[in-house]
Amino acid sequence: MTADQRKHLAVLAAIWAALLFAPYWMPFFGGYTALGSRVLVLGLGAMSVNFLLGFTGVLSFGHAAWFGLGAYACGLTLKHIALSTPLGLLAGTLVGGVAGALLGALLVRRRGIYFAMVTIAFGQVFYYIAFQWLSLTGGDDGLRGFARQPLDFGLFQIDLLHNDIYFYYFVLFCFAVAVGLMAFILGSPFGRTMIAIRENERRARFLGIPVELHIWIAFALSCFFMAFAGSLYALVNNFADPRMLHYSLSGDFVIMAVMGGMRTFWGPLLGAIVFVVLQDYISSVTVNWMSFIGLLIVLIVLFFPRGFLGMLRPRRTA
Amino acid sequence: MSKKRQSLATLDRRTFVKAGGVAALSQVAAPFIISARGETALKIGVDEPLTGTYAAPGKNEVLGCQLAVDELNAKNGILGRKVEMLTEDSTSGDAGTAVQKARKLIERDNVNLLVGNVNSALSQAMAQVSNEKGIMHIVPGGHTDPITGADCKWNVFRVCNTTRMEANAVCGLLFKTYGKKWHFITPDYAFGHTLYQGCEADLKKLGGTVTGNELTPLGTTDFSAYLIKARAANPDVLVVLVQGNDMVNCLKQISQFGIDKQIHVAGTQQELESVEAMPPEARVGVWMFEWYWKQASGTPGLDAFIATVRKHTGGKVPTARNWFGYVTVHAYALACEKAKSIEGKAVAKALGGLELPPEVKLQPNKVYFRGGDHQLMLSAFIGELLQKGDGDPENLFKVNSIVSGDSIAPTVEETGCKMQMPA
Amino acid sequence: MLELIFFNITNGLIVGAFYALMAIGLSLILNLSGVINFAHGGFLVIGGYLAYVLTPYIGFWGALIVSPFLTAIIGVAVEWLLIRRLYGRDPLYSLLLTFGLAFIIEDGTRQIWGANGLPVSVPPALMSALSSRFFFITGYRMFMVATVAIVVVLLFVLLRHTRVGVRIRAGTLDLETVAALGINVRALRSFNFAVGIFLAGLAGVLAGGQLGLEPTMGDGLLMPSFIAIIVGGVGSLTGTLVGGLLIGVAAGLTAVVFPSASDAVMYVIMAIVLLVRPRGLFGEEGMLT
Repeated sequence: MTADQRKHLAVLAAIWAALLFAPYWMPFFGGYTALGSRVLVLGLGAMSVNFLLGFTGVLSFGHAAWFGLGAYACGLTLKHIALSTPLGLLAGTLVGGVAGALLGALLVRRRGIYFAMVTIAFGQVFYYIAFQWLSLTGGDDGLRGFARQPLDFGLFQIDLLHNDIYFYYFVLFCFAVAVGLMAFILGSPFGRTMIAIRENERRARFLGIPVELHIWIAFALSCFFMAFAGSLYALVNNFADPRMLHYSLSGDFVIMAVMGGMRTFWGPLLGAIVFVVLQDYISSVTVNWMSFIGLLIVLIVLFFPRGFLGMLRPRRTA
Repeated sequence: MSKKRQSLATLDRRTFVKAGGVAALSQVAAPFIISARGETALKIGVDEPLTGTYAAPGKNEVLGCQLAVDELNAKNGILGRKVEMLTEDSTSGDAGTAVQKARKLIERDNVNLLVGNVNSALSQAMAQVSNEKGIMHIVPGGHTDPITGADCKWNVFRVCNTTRMEANAVCGLLFKTYGKKWHFITPDYAFGHTLYQGCEADLKKLGGTVTGNELTPLGTTDFSAYLIKARAANPDVLVVLVQGNDMVNCLKQISQFGIDKQIHVAGTQQELESVEAMPPEARVGVWMFEWYWKQASGTPGLDAFIATVRKHTGGKVPTARNWFGYVTVHAYALACEKAKSIEGKAVAKALGGLELPPEVKLQPNKVYFRGGDHQLMLSAFIGELLQKGDGDPENLFKVNSIVSGDSIAPTVEETGCKMQMPA
Repeated sequence: MLELIFFNITNGLIVGAFYALMAIGLSLILNLSGVINFAHGGFLVIGGYLAYVLTPYIGFWGALIVSPFLTAIIGVAVEWLLIRRLYGRDPLYSLLLTFGLAFIIEDGTRQIWGANGLPVSVPPALMSALSSRFFFITGYRMFMVATVAIVVVLLFVLLRHTRVGVRIRAGTLDLETVAALGINVRALRSFNFAVGIFLAGLAGVLAGGQLGLEPTMGDGLLMPSFIAIIVGGVGSLTGTLVGGLLIGVAAGLTAVVFPSASDAVMYVIMAIVLLVRPRGLFGEEGMLT
């Protein structure tokens, strides 16, 4: 084992330990368990956006659409179809992911700003559908009337609704599964190809890589991850509302990814922690929290474009 | 005008920053004084919109709460304990944030009472949390019926009207004075739909007809397409049910198009916040206020209330939203005193049926919380908007009658509420 | 019914002209600098509120002219201080920066002028309707359309017949060559940015008279402008103009038959355009894709 690998393992161990014991150390810093669950879910969302942005180099500014679709599908399943938390998650992930995959096929030929604009606009389509289709979604009032159900293992049940700590660990488990899968994909030959496309699309094309197909698959995968995070978010709130599909949330996810470091795997999680916790604190302290968040964004963009984790690493020679 | 606004803004900020400074300090110091924090002060957590479209009514409700808290602390607090108020920004429409803040107030800050929200949807989302945690929750200003109807909960009370009460308050008078063919402009979400259904039912009962109902998406800025249709239908009355900025835009366009010269314009709920945002020519029609500041002299406590609000807002008169917040905190305090306890179920039981004393209700009629659905029976102030202030430049509404709440509210059975106290 | 449709087409053109004004400003900045300006709605709000402040001193007509200039000056200051540093970097960064700026502008507006809406009075001469039959065509709306028309014509003259305009158009097509020819690209971009923000400020003054002022008023106008650009084709100002008018008319017509889809219809148009003609109605192949 090289020193690098050892360091890597130590960092991983530290991250997971911190997450595992979060309900016990957070209160000392003014945190609370529900905040922990929210951070994990939004962090997973940011990592999903970054799966596309950081590793394929494609900027989607409408990913909240898949997040929100997942949330609605999960909520609707729990409300109308079956009282089962895992089924809700599965339905949410599939609906959001498939919708994203289908629309992604329309988009893959676009690049750069045009891609960003078109994804914003498509995201807003789903926002308006959620906003206007009252009989299904409840419109601006949001989707209510569902709640996360206990996990039933036959012999015993785990109550996720009333026990915040159990729920936190459930979210952490889901988070771990998704993140593990994400790391696996990025480590696979497919993941290497994604990075090759990011580094030099033209060269990848010359090497005979079907670039559009790869970008489409990466987009679709990131939509599935996003929809999974969205389904979890529906469970965090026991509620789904159109804001979950709005482009401002998409923007928040991109900010989290950039703030943490979009060329790194764990950066977006760190970005989400800083962004969500900071917003939570500042908005309690001053009514002008929007200015502080805006200023933070401006400063990050101007002075730390490689993000927190990006700064720790030496700049790779291109 | 602008000078007044300025001072309101700075004052608001100062209060918030001060409150915030304390909160920030307590957070930094949390690990060290966690035991010393103890149970000395009774905590009220206010989760209201301070940014976005509902920021103006949200801030006004927060101010109302603050005034009541100040009054309580100047006397004996609640059951001899000081009252501490914690304010959080719920945002205007993001349920995720509103719910998160509710959890923060309940889980971390251990508040005894949750207050909020202006937005009906957020109110309902928050009620799910408060009910799950068994914490007393008062909704000052979210109007959709289910909060004290089909979705009523043992721990949730509401101060403002239901949409059905608003419809009942205005429809009879409109029918009698303006005619029987009505055309509606309705906001296309739950609040608008229930309000329209209420008006339609009342109109049918009176023997009138609906010439059409224009469902307008929330956030509509251009109403001309709907107004063209409405005018083509040639009704006696154009009933405007949209709220907030949408209403301001709609009424502005009505007056620009000269429709108010041809058709009577009216509506249900009207608010001072919206009236202030309208140019004079747009202030037309018959409306109801849920509380209005200009009343017969000698109403107990009214002058003092107006004076205190003016002092805190740089000279502006109180709005119904101020009063909602004020009633919310006082009603909770009275219920605690009556129950001689701050335990949720005992307080809820005491608050059901509680009648507000004169210095809190600030109006002539009897005002009380109905035990069956936890809805406050508050009066409707019915009258006409004025283009120019009458007697006082800020008196922009002429009150014709003050109708008591129980005369316009549907019965508890009709609301669909089946109240269940926990075992 | 026929009359209703005619009314709504006319009405849609009025609304569309307004979308187009906002979209053209956005489009100018996008084309030359590659910046998706999320703060465009914020600059619109600044323009509106500045006019509100100025009106008591210089009247509505004075404010109509001065306020957009002041807004443009603020815009240039922002460009100098912040956005200029990001040219040449991934467009992601300028997008995020303006996203953050929009937050600051909204919050600042609320801090200075309060959360409640402010009424704006327009000159009485513009207040009333043209005739009782065409009651929805008020003097003010005609004035808005006329203003937009004049500004668009002036802009096209600027771009076609002045040296700086030709340079802007050339830069849109190939900035590197323009720079290689010794033209000061920095100044060109600043000027172009200023023109874009001027249009946003003007839109703000016009919107204030029509809708009143409110700190979040820019939000609802940003998306239609985006769609106007995509439908018309990125890179083409004519396209943006046509796109704005098109979605205005479409929204107006939909409001007659199916009101709750009147917001969504513009997205449907966009989806169709992207499927049938991905580069947009007037876009050229290869432009910014």
